Amino acid sequence: MKGNPIWEVFIRSKNGLEHRHVGSLHAEDAKMAMENARDVYTRRQEGVSIWVVESKHITASNPSENGEMFDPAKDKAYRHPTFYDLPDELEHI
Amino acid sequence: MENKNKDLIDYLLILGDNSLILGHRLSELCGHGPSLETDIALTNISLDLFGQVRSYFQYAAELTGGEASEDTVAMKRVDREYRHTWLVEQSNKDFAYVIGRQFLFDAFHLPLLEQLVNSKDEMIAAVAAKSIKESRYHLRFSSSWMERLGDGTQESHQRMQTAINDLYPFTYELFEETETEKLMFEAGIGADLKAIEATYRQTVKEVFAKANLEIPTAPARKTDGKKGIHSEQLGFILAELQFMQRAYPNMTW
Repeated sequence: MKGNPIWEVFIRSKNGLEHRHVGSLHAEDAKMAMENARDVYTRRQEGVSIWVVESKHITASNPSENGEMFDPAKDKAYRHPTFYDLPDELEHI
Repeated sequence: MENKNKDLIDYLLILGDNSLILGHRLSELCGHGPSLETDIALTNISLDLFGQVRSYFQYAAELTGGEASEDTVAMKRVDREYRHTWLVEQSNKDFAYVIGRQFLFDAFHLPLLEQLVNSKDEMIAAVAAKSIKESRYHLRFSSSWMERLGDGTQESHQRMQTAINDLYPFTYELFEETETEKLMFEAGIGADLKAIEATYRQTVKEVFAKANLEIPTAPARKTDGKKGIHSEQLGFILAELQFMQRAYPNMTW
């Protein structure tokens, strides 16, 4: 179908906190994209909430730049909160 | 020997056969839809309809007794024993016909179920309660596409109007009350077709306006599908639908 933009689909499961990327589809507009997402990606009760975003609105990092983007964080242990002594009473941190 | 439940059984066929034949027509599109998304959407609708059919026909088989089962009810009747309307028999000529047929059925099916939810027959009320959400989504889907095709390009508009002109005359049969439907309505089991017709014409008016489509004024096709008189289309439909059960009786997966 000509001029049929691609949309990325994100679904939050019943017990989940975040929407996860599950795939993409074609649709003319947001309403159709939502219906298509429901039809294609929720057949097996995958979730209770759908987000659709036109692919052109997503900016992705460039894999060839992974070096400068992510390597510098590798050897900076001081950024992790591992040096605190937590009292025993705190259970869920 | 006449079954004391014969009117109720007949009514279950009137309710179930529309979904059976329409479900079958939609299944013919599996793998042949205009796009992956619409292919899955239409076959999803088919599966929803078949789910309803199973409930109606399991009940009908129970009332019939003997060797009857949902499968024999669905696939072992002869053409004159089917009770669906001519609308759902119409072929998948092109996507506009598929959408037109779907919308013209969904706009009837939803108010029908909304009535049956209050049926004095608990089983029918239960089937209706479950099916309403499905039907609501079907109507949303088919209305959306009616609007997109009707109010789309010149070609899509032309094809949509052509399909509607062909299909609309078959809608009148939906509201012609047969003897069975009259008995069922009076018993508090069946739906009020007059009330449904009012809602129907209103829905059609609204969606057609948004879709920039004209409501055809051609006269009704006087068809007696609910009395078992069908078009030549049914022969081909049953040849596919019944083949396996008749060629390999009692086959199981």
